[in-house]
Amino acid sequence: MLTHALKSLWNRRFVAVLTILSVALSVALIVGVERLRDAARESFTDSASGLDLIVAARGNPVQILLATVFGVGSTGQAIGWDSFEMVEALPGVAWAVPISMGDNHRGFPVIGTTAEYFEHFRHSGGQALRFGDGGAFAAADGAVVGAEVAARFGYAPGTVIVNAHGAGRVAFDVHDEAPFRISGVLAPTGTAVDRMVLVSLAGFDALHARPETPPEDPFATAPKARASPLQDGSGYAEGDADQEDDHRHGHTHPTAARAAGTRGPSEHSHDAEAHDHAQEPARINAVYVGLTDRTAVLSLQRTLSRYRGEPLTAVLPNLALLELWTITGTTEAALRLMAWAVALAGLLGMVVMLSATIEARRREFAILRSVGANPARIFGLIVIEAAILSLAGILTGIALAAVATTPAEPLLAARFGIRLAFALPRARELALLVAIFCAGLLASLVPAARVYRTTVADGLTVRL
Amino acid sequence: MQSERNPRGVSLSALTLSNLAFSWPRAARRTLDIGSLALQPGESLFLYGPSGCGKSTLLSAIAGVVAVPADAIRVGGTDIGALRGSARDRFRADHLGVIFQVFNLVPWLSARDNVLLATRFSKRRRERAGPRPEFAAMQLLSELGLSDPAVINAPAAALSVGQQQRVAAARALIGQPDLILADEPTSALDDAAKAAFVDLLARECTAEGAALLFVSHDRSLERRFDRSLALTDLNRAVAVAC
Repeated sequence: MLTHALKSLWNRRFVAVLTILSVALSVALIVGVERLRDAARESFTDSASGLDLIVAARGNPVQILLATVFGVGSTGQAIGWDSFEMVEALPGVAWAVPISMGDNHRGFPVIGTTAEYFEHFRHSGGQALRFGDGGAFAAADGAVVGAEVAARFGYAPGTVIVNAHGAGRVAFDVHDEAPFRISGVLAPTGTAVDRMVLVSLAGFDALHARPETPPEDPFATAPKARASPLQDGSGYAEGDADQEDDHRHGHTHPTAARAAGTRGPSEHSHDAEAHDHAQEPARINAVYVGLTDRTAVLSLQRTLSRYRGEPLTAVLPNLALLELWTITGTTEAALRLMAWAVALAGLLGMVVMLSATIEARRREFAILRSVGANPARIFGLIVIEAAILSLAGILTGIALAAVATTPAEPLLAARFGIRLAFALPRARELALLVAIFCAGLLASLVPAARVYRTTVADGLTVRL
Repeated sequence: MQSERNPRGVSLSALTLSNLAFSWPRAARRTLDIGSLALQPGESLFLYGPSGCGKSTLLSAIAGVVAVPADAIRVGGTDIGALRGSARDRFRADHLGVIFQVFNLVPWLSARDNVLLATRFSKRRRERAGPRPEFAAMQLLSELGLSDPAVINAPAAALSVGQQQRVAAARALIGQPDLILADEPTSALDDAAKAAFVDLLARECTAEGAALLFVSHDRSLERRFDRSLALTDLNRAVAVAC
């Protein structure tokens, strides 16, 4: 029966292959959506799991989380060093690491922090950061790069890198007068850290330090910058936290000012001033906080939100992630709905294919009956054919998903730190695939029932 | 089963009809009303009559595709009417060979595989076809004039109608069934091919010891059979006009 079904399908191989492909496409889509969703969630959770609290200027928790942990977007305002010292001194705080952002290195986010970061940061369920090569920075111009960054550009300890202002990939404003020397390369973590460039906060701050605090409204500085670009003496003054405007005002910085090592006197004085503040930056963007006792997290969060020094938000990473999932949930649901609609179309195609051939195969069924096949076996023949088509479609779909994710993997890893390693279907995926298979069998009952009726009515002679 | 206990050709008829009455569901009158008919093992019977006299219905009834009353039809001693559903299908696979008018073959199977199809659904016929059913199939085909490997291995759709009917005959005969039912198998053949086909079929039935019930409206073939009967005489349900 199975060989007969296989031979029969082989006889209709063109249509059969098309049917298998349509099922496979829908399976690949479903598996792809599921895997992307799982990988994204896992990666996000792994990236943020080691932090008990993230303290930043008052703002949306999801935005703060995305900015500080994943380097996506920005926090609103910066916060003062006083706030960091306050957080660090709070009872119950085991460790606090300052975080500054706003620069990028060839599209990868640059984080200014202290060497304690490497000591305290935990990812993927409590794992500490390990160095693949070199170690944490000690000097103000030290930098540590994530595995992805190092692999992409071939960086190793000793390499000198230059960062650019803003988060955008296209850099107009390069801090090439203040390079960083790589002291270490982190081992791969499969989290957002892989695509980060971590520099000494002192060095980071030196680039951006200015006499006055950065303006909150980027538009406020734009006309001034345009009118006299050299006025603030450096041309990379926009060390504020708002990177979205970098393209708008970035082009106003004269490249001539930085050309061929012509460091103006004002820059020297600026550097000197920055070094005075090296251990005490004026502004940072956020504070990573680890607690001695995790149960105290809510009361600590409340305390921080009432801090009078400046408006602060203490973000619980896991709660913010949940909030993020509810935001992305709609999109996920839409994607999944679409994937299932495609699956339905694929299965419908199979039913159409099986039904369309019934008329042409009535003779075949009559012959099978004449040699002794009962209607139930012919019913079974159709179901077996559907099972073969569904199974082939599912297997092809899994292969298709694997093939499709292979080129997407480095892209996702570089952009979002999401790792889509090819893996055998997990329990959840397996359940989905079984559901598709069962749906295929169920759908085949329609043409099979029709075949049953016609074979019973036809007997040995086909009445057309 | 009774047929197993009685060796073929000793006492039991290959086919016995007695007081067979049959009408299609919701039909106003009977399609079949046959008093009695007996066919001995190895005997060939030519049953002639124009269309609409119940030929196909009679063959369906004997083949067990339609439900018939008990004690009306016996094939090799087994009461077809007493068998139910899939038992009839099994019995057909074991004891009957059927040849249709046209389109006897699964078009995408080779001639040889079409012949072997008859052994797929019947253990009895598989065993009777010998240790190598493929060999039996080849032998039957070559006895029916199909020995060219190119023909035997080609998809059935590539064969001529005459070749297809001979393949169908080989399939009906493989594994030594008790009775061959042939439903106008020559209607698509030209005169010379008709005579040759009937002679081959009759010869092979004799060789295999199978009774042959050959139904046709073409009386030119009549004399090639042991016996000939008009269905109009046999079937009392047939109107005079038939």
